[in-house]
Amino acid sequence: MTRSASGSLPRYILQRTLLVIPMIWVILTLVFFVLRVAPGDPVSAALGGKLDDEALDQRRAALGFDRPLIEQYWDYLSSVARLDFGTTFSDNQSVLHVVRDNGGATLSLTIVAFIIALMVGVPLGLVAGRYRDSLPDVLIRLFGILSYAAPIFFVGFLLQAYLAKPLGLPTSGMATPQTIFNVEEHTHILLIDVFLNGNSIYIEDVLKHLILPATTLGLLICGVFIRLVRVNILQTMQSDYVEAAEARGLARRKVTWRHAFRNALVPVITVIGLQFALLLGGAVLTESTFNWPGLGQKLVDYINDRDYGAVQGIITIFAVAVVLISLLVDIVNALIDPRVRY
Amino acid sequence: MSVEFVEPPYVDSGEPVISARDVRVWYGTTRGAIRAVDGVSFDLAPGETLGLVGESGCGKSTLGRGLMGLLPQGAKRDGEVWFKGREILGMKAKDNYRLRGHELGMIFQEPLTRLNPLMRISDHFEESIKQHDPGATKDAIRARALEALRLMGIPPTRYRSYPHEFSGGMRQRLMIALALVLRPSFVVADEPTTALDVLVEAQIVQILNDLRRNFHTSLLLITHNVGIVAEACDRVAVMYAGRIVEQGRVTDVFENPQHPYTRELLRSTISLNTTGLNFIPGSPPDLVDPPDGCRFHPRCPDAMAVCATKNPVTLDRVGGGRVECWLVGPHEQIPPGGTQPLKQEELAVADEA
Repeated sequence: MTRSASGSLPRYILQRTLLVIPMIWVILTLVFFVLRVAPGDPVSAALGGKLDDEALDQRRAALGFDRPLIEQYWDYLSSVARLDFGTTFSDNQSVLHVVRDNGGATLSLTIVAFIIALMVGVPLGLVAGRYRDSLPDVLIRLFGILSYAAPIFFVGFLLQAYLAKPLGLPTSGMATPQTIFNVEEHTHILLIDVFLNGNSIYIEDVLKHLILPATTLGLLICGVFIRLVRVNILQTMQSDYVEAAEARGLARRKVTWRHAFRNALVPVITVIGLQFALLLGGAVLTESTFNWPGLGQKLVDYINDRDYGAVQGIITIFAVAVVLISLLVDIVNALIDPRVRY
Repeated sequence: MSVEFVEPPYVDSGEPVISARDVRVWYGTTRGAIRAVDGVSFDLAPGETLGLVGESGCGKSTLGRGLMGLLPQGAKRDGEVWFKGREILGMKAKDNYRLRGHELGMIFQEPLTRLNPLMRISDHFEESIKQHDPGATKDAIRARALEALRLMGIPPTRYRSYPHEFSGGMRQRLMIALALVLRPSFVVADEPTTALDVLVEAQIVQILNDLRRNFHTSLLLITHNVGIVAEACDRVAVMYAGRIVEQGRVTDVFENPQHPYTRELLRSTISLNTTGLNFIPGSPPDLVDPPDGCRFHPRCPDAMAVCATKNPVTLDRVGGGRVECWLVGPHEQIPPGGTQPLKQEELAVADEA
């Protein structure tokens, strides 16, 4: 009886998961039509002026751009359903392979940056919020604003200039060519492959390469967490249930942890999801500063080449990833906050 | 009214549980100190319920919170509060904090926001009981919690539920159970029924009424509902602009109010017999700069010349209790001509609003 009253968690998860299908459909439709609405077509954008009209028409026909839009749309949807995200026009590769080979680099950079951001940002935010207007609060706020406002390439440059030498850290790439050559590919994510390989020299090499770019990116995100956590703590510390817990004589430490901090961290999870989705495609600046062979970098290259096939395929995969991340965030939220389950 | 002669039950000794002497609370603001509570004294015997009434903004809640030590930052307390032989206003904040829960309890006005939405009811009980009785076993905690819930009429099947699964009235009963499971000797209930509908209100009043029998708790019941005081309280203290202007046994005070404010407050109460609405013109004074003399004199229909110049003296009421009003006396302290009716200034429209 109580179980049904508290909202069934499995049912919520099922409903939420089913919702993914229409969400993905809407996003795919948007991706498809937005790219088509843009003036000009892929072929003339890429090759206009270089070939005569007849040759351009041939290319269009070869790529299927002469067919009715609705047919192309159907083709697109059905191939995505078969997990076929198309091929790039410029170098004729499977988009899935491009994403697999470069996505691993982006993913490991993003995840490590997130761990750094959470480890720095959340505790600092908690301290700042708990001891509002104290000197630590002022300093932490200043740090949060600076780390958020400072341009990535500037922070990256500072780290490269002042930390790389004294700490002996590399400033470019994911690993030395030796490591890349010697570590066999299992998962297409170097960070995992190197641990599967198990050679400590290679592990050290990969981790060392990761430190500066992940710190640069992590500092940027941790500014968001500091501000968010701080504001939430200020709110929950003044909430009615915190006062009520104090009135019951609950030790201040417990009031702070169980009532104020825990409740303050709920909205943070949502933002983690949003930020994570943003970063999958948005770590471009960090990647180019540190010459990191990630997906953001690759996407910029393809956009410069006017490679619509690649852009459409990569954006599609991003979109699906964002939908899946939001699903994950919602499920985690439901696990933590019983009110979400309705 | 036969109730008049029934002694409140379970008053076993003359020793008060809590006794406040000249309690003052200020809030610091940029305009100056707001003297929200300004020299309040009262006693509360074991198992006794004292109703604290007055209109909004007269310092009732501040007094309750001041006793609990739950004042916001920037508030200052002064005076003496003796609780079971110890002075609690002057003691260290840490020692004061230790009294909360198992000695001093509090029931709040808004039950909807007072429970942590992420924690089950059982978690609330477990952490509270464990805090004050670290050795309690899980079974013992559960038994105590379920007993407290049972007294509040909440079935044990709801023990593992979350706060949002309860109605407002149930949540207030949960809050009461949560306060009483720790067996405090003294509880401040700050307008516990204001946010609830009348039927639930009656239920809560009944529960508070039973407190003495079930838990032997002394209760300071803050309310602006005179009817609740009549039903649930042994004694009543009427507060105006930071001072208790009249206090005594409920029946005495309500049948024979001696302070004009008490009288007007009672007249403003709406009942089935009410034919016209009665109200007290104006609003409580600015507590940064309260009027000279009696603070009620600008709104008092019976104000005399002396009321605007000299502070009234606290007198024992006939039949017990205390009152401070020049109409009651002491007449020998009123200067010559002081009994002339005071010419009231016209109330500005803004004041009326």
